[in-house]
Order: sequence, then structure tokens, then C-alpha cells
Amino acid sequence: MDEVTQVEPLVDLGEHIASALGDAVLSQQVAYGELTLTVQRDAIVAVVTFLRDDSRCRFISFIDVCGSDYPARDERFDVVYHFMSPYLNHRIRVKLTADDVNPVPSITSVFKGAEWFEREAYDLYGMLFSGHGDLRRILTDYGFDGHPLRKDFPTTGFVEVRYDEERKRVVYEPVKLMQEYRSFDYLSPWEGTDYVLPGDEKAKQ
Amino acid sequence: MSVEAEVRNFTINFGPVHPSAHGVLRLILELDGEIVERVDPHIGLLHRGTEKLIESKTYLQAVPYFDRLDYVAPMNQEHAFALAVEKLLRLEVPRRGQLIRVLYSEIGRLLSHLMNVTTQAMDVGALTPPVWGFEWREKLMIFYERASGARMHASYFRPGGVHQDLPQALVDDIGTFCVEFPKFIVDLDTLLTENRIFKQRNVDIGVVKLEDAWNMGFSGVMVRGSGAAWDLRKSQPYELYDEMEFDIPIGKNGDCFDRYLIRMEEMRQSTRIMAQCVAKLNAPEGKGPVSSLDGKVVPPNRDDMKKSMEALIHHFKLYTEGYKVPAGEVYAAVEAPKGEFGVYLVSDGTNKPYRCKIRAPGFAHLSAMDFLCRGHMLADVSAILGSLDIVFGEVDR
Repeated sequence: MDEVTQVEPLVDLGEHIASALGDAVLSQQVAYGELTLTVQRDAIVAVVTFLRDDSRCRFISFIDVCGSDYPARDERFDVVYHFMSPYLNHRIRVKLTADDVNPVPSITSVFKGAEWFEREAYDLYGMLFSGHGDLRRILTDYGFDGHPLRKDFPTTGFVEVRYDEERKRVVYEPVKLMQEYRSFDYLSPWEGTDYVLPGDEKAKQ
Repeated sequence: MSVEAEVRNFTINFGPVHPSAHGVLRLILELDGEIVERVDPHIGLLHRGTEKLIESKTYLQAVPYFDRLDYVAPMNQEHAFALAVEKLLRLEVPRRGQLIRVLYSEIGRLLSHLMNVTTQAMDVGALTPPVWGFEWREKLMIFYERASGARMHASYFRPGGVHQDLPQALVDDIGTFCVEFPKFIVDLDTLLTENRIFKQRNVDIGVVKLEDAWNMGFSGVMVRGSGAAWDLRKSQPYELYDEMEFDIPIGKNGDCFDRYLIRMEEMRQSTRIMAQCVAKLNAPEGKGPVSSLDGKVVPPNRDDMKKSMEALIHHFKLYTEGYKVPAGEVYAAVEAPKGEFGVYLVSDGTNKPYRCKIRAPGFAHLSAMDFLCRGHMLADVSAILGSLDIVFGEVDR
């Protein structure tokens, strides 16, 4: 990527958007040649509409909506939007924070394509989208319980399915692992560590 | 009882094991006679939790999951992930590595388009094309096998470059393929393009206006079919695509037939790119390493491991701990055969991705099924589905 030529217009663009939207934009930064805006949750529809319609932006191509989870924070989720402008040949990332109680305004009225992506984010993380006409689960099983991409959801899940020959149907049972789920800490020091390695506390100093 | 019969809508289940559902799609169709009133696709029957699994694997261990997304063109998926990791690491891929990536991305495009064009023909009633097409797919999969050892799940594009160099005989054979393959395209063309039934089933079916296409998150052939001259290989070139000469075909009507024609032309253009890659690989400046020489990211070759202590240590560390990626977030996208395949990668500075969102083109395309099918006949559903080019590996992840 030719970052030198890429960065300048992105900085300008970020400033243009921030000045036009005022308080809605909390911060903007350019990193790795990509423009990221952090916006207020309730302003997202206005922001996205501006990005789509403003003559200097024209981010008309909807790319992606996804969540990510930071359990240590008060508002634990990020909702991350990606858009592209085929006219400017730029991409933009818009982020906001959310929790599992207060809904995020849905952008389906601006980008029809966001419908399934918001359903997916709801399914995997459990943040709610207000104004979304059809907020059902999408990827997980019918009747699934929980939100699997949350960091506190175990990779092995809680239930497993098998076909029961006697009952002639598929049954759900609690997960039984033949072997304990192994998650090794490989983060041993390449270049020195700032924590005590497991076992080292027993050694005499 | 009144004279008029009571009319009611039918709700039928299409799939999940219907041959033209292209995998495990379940469509709930609401029909008024033969007219489709509403489509509700149920997906997720192939959901394997790829994104969750990647979060507990090192960056190198995450690569094989990408083969299993769009399993029709596996290397194109790995490519997006490799680009994302390289962006975070600020890693340069040597020229030969980039050439091999372009070459195999185009082989992936042929694999995917061959599958799509021919099975779509099968969806609308023609049985010969898939039989012919799969013979050529087989040849391409052998190229995959000769480069990576696996016909499909290659894990060949790795962050830093590609896993191994190509033997000269393989490069020569791909060169021969590029001469022979266009003859097959001509055959396929005579079989389908002017075929009366094929046209009746595809022309003016599933029309998308360009504005709607962008709005619904379409990419790749789906926007080119509606008239946008938009291809990431041209507009945001990655690897050596800016050195290659090729044309971007675009459609006028945005219907299934235009999308078919574009895929046919893209196969010709891909062959053109492959021939250029072969020539560049054979040129003196096309020789050299195939992956980055940064020992902290790319494992050493076996030879070095026998001679160099440092290489041995690197090998051990890279296959246990893996490499740490600087904290940050990036989005990298490639023009996969089905559209824009993107990876949004968040790193927290450890050896495992904190979040890896896979943006699959098929997911956005399939979400428009309701929009595309409303008012069409029941039989058109399979034609539209075929022209969307859906593979469930990437839709369900």
C-alpha cells in the first residue's frame, strides 16, 4: 500500500466529516492508511446518512457491520461499520460502543444491506438494534441460547447434539469433552517478560 | 359457498438438501400460485464458528480456516487474511511471492467461475456444462496440489508470502494450460451463450439497479453486472495487479445473463493474467525468495534449520508461540471471485487475533434474495440463486 499518497486526503476527509457533524463525532484517526471515526451511538443514523449523501463523501457502498467484545469495559461492545466510496476510492470505518441493554439505532433505513449484518451482530454478541424490522438470530441453531462470540462464552459451547436411535430424533445434551479443553499459554518471552512465568515462583531467588 | 374459489398463498420449503440450493440453504417461499411473494432464507446450517475458533489460534494456525470458507476458491480467502496480517506487521512480500499469489488467485477465480457458470447452467436445465467444466477444474486442482500438496485446503498463502516455491515444471505446465484453456471457453460459449433455453431462463431475470447493488452491499460480479466498472484489482491494486494487463468486463442490464457473460469474460481475462504471471516468473527478476526473509515471522527452510542454530530457534518459536502482531486494527480486502472478500482484524499485541471478522461477499448477496425474487416465478428462484454465486462455507462461516 502506498501510504504516503493515501494518508493526506484521508486526514482532510476526516476533518471535513468531523466539522460537518460536530458533536456526533467523538474522535477520528488515520492508522495503517485507514480512516476511523468514533461516533456517538445515538447519532449513527445521521452519521451514516451524511456519509452516504454528502458530495465530498459518497460512501454509497455498504461493506460490513460487525461487533467486537471488550468485557472489561463499562459498555463492553464495539459496533464497527465499514463503508466504501467508489467515487473517492476510499474506505471508512465508523465505530461506536454499546452494551446489551441500550439498543443501537439500526442503519437498515439507510443501507438495506445492513439487515443481515445487524442480525448477525445481534446473534453473536447480543447487542440490540432499534428500528430493525426483523431482529432474529441468523447463524446459530434454532432455539440457541447465548451469544457465542462473547469473550466469556466458551469455545466448546454448552450443548452438543447427536442422533438418538431409540427416540428417532436429534437430542441436545450438555457438552461432554473426552479430553479437557486445552488452551496453552505460549506467550513465553521472546525478549524478556514482565511477569513471572508459571513455576518460576518456586525457584529460589 | 361462493362461486369464486378461495385463494390462499402457499408456503413451501426449498432446501436445505435441494440440489440447486448450492449447499445447505433453506428458503421459506411464500407463493401465490407460481409467483414468489416473499422469500425468507434460513442460513447457518453450516455455521462452524470460524471467527470464534480463530480467536483461540495463533495467526499461522488461523490460515487453514480460510480455505474452508469459500471452498471453491480457497487461496483467495487466505490472501485477504495474509494481507491483513502483513498490513499490521508492515511486512513486504518479495516479488516472486507476489507473482505466485497473483497466479494462484487467478487459478482460484477460474475454479470458482467454472463451478458457478456450469452449475448455474445445470440449475436451469443443462447437464453437459458441469461435466465439461469439472474436467478443467480437476486440472486446476492438480495445480493446487502440485504447489501446496492439497487439492483444496491449501493453506499456501501465509503471512509473509507463500509457503513454498513452485517447481519449474509446474510453471511450464500452467503456461501450457493458459494456451489450451481458451479453447474450452470457446466450447462452453457455443454450448451456452446463444442457447435459446439458457437465454429464456436468464435474460431479464433478477435485475439489479446499480444504486440498489451498492446499497445492499453487493460487490464483484454483482455490481459489475449492473454497470459499475469497479474491480479491486484495478481500483485498489494489491500485489502486482497494477503490472498486469487485463480488462474489466461490465454488464448493461444487471440481469442473470449479464452476470453469466461477465464471468465468462473474466475467465478469459484471468487466463491472460496467468500467462503474464508465467512469463514474469520465468524472467530473471521473477526469481528469488517467495516469502519475506524476516525470521521473526516466516519460518526458515529445512536446509537452514540443519545448519543454523538461529534458524532452529526461530522454527521452534514460530510453531509453538507464533509471532506477535502489533496492536491495531486493519481491514484488508481482495477481489475474490464472488466479490469483495474482506478481513477486519483486531490485534491486541499478542500472538492470537483478538477479533477476526470475515466479510464474505456471499452473505450480502444472499441477504438480497427477498428483494431479487419478489414477483418472479418459482422456477426463477434457482436461476437467481445460481447467478448470485453462493457458497455456504463463506456465508455461514
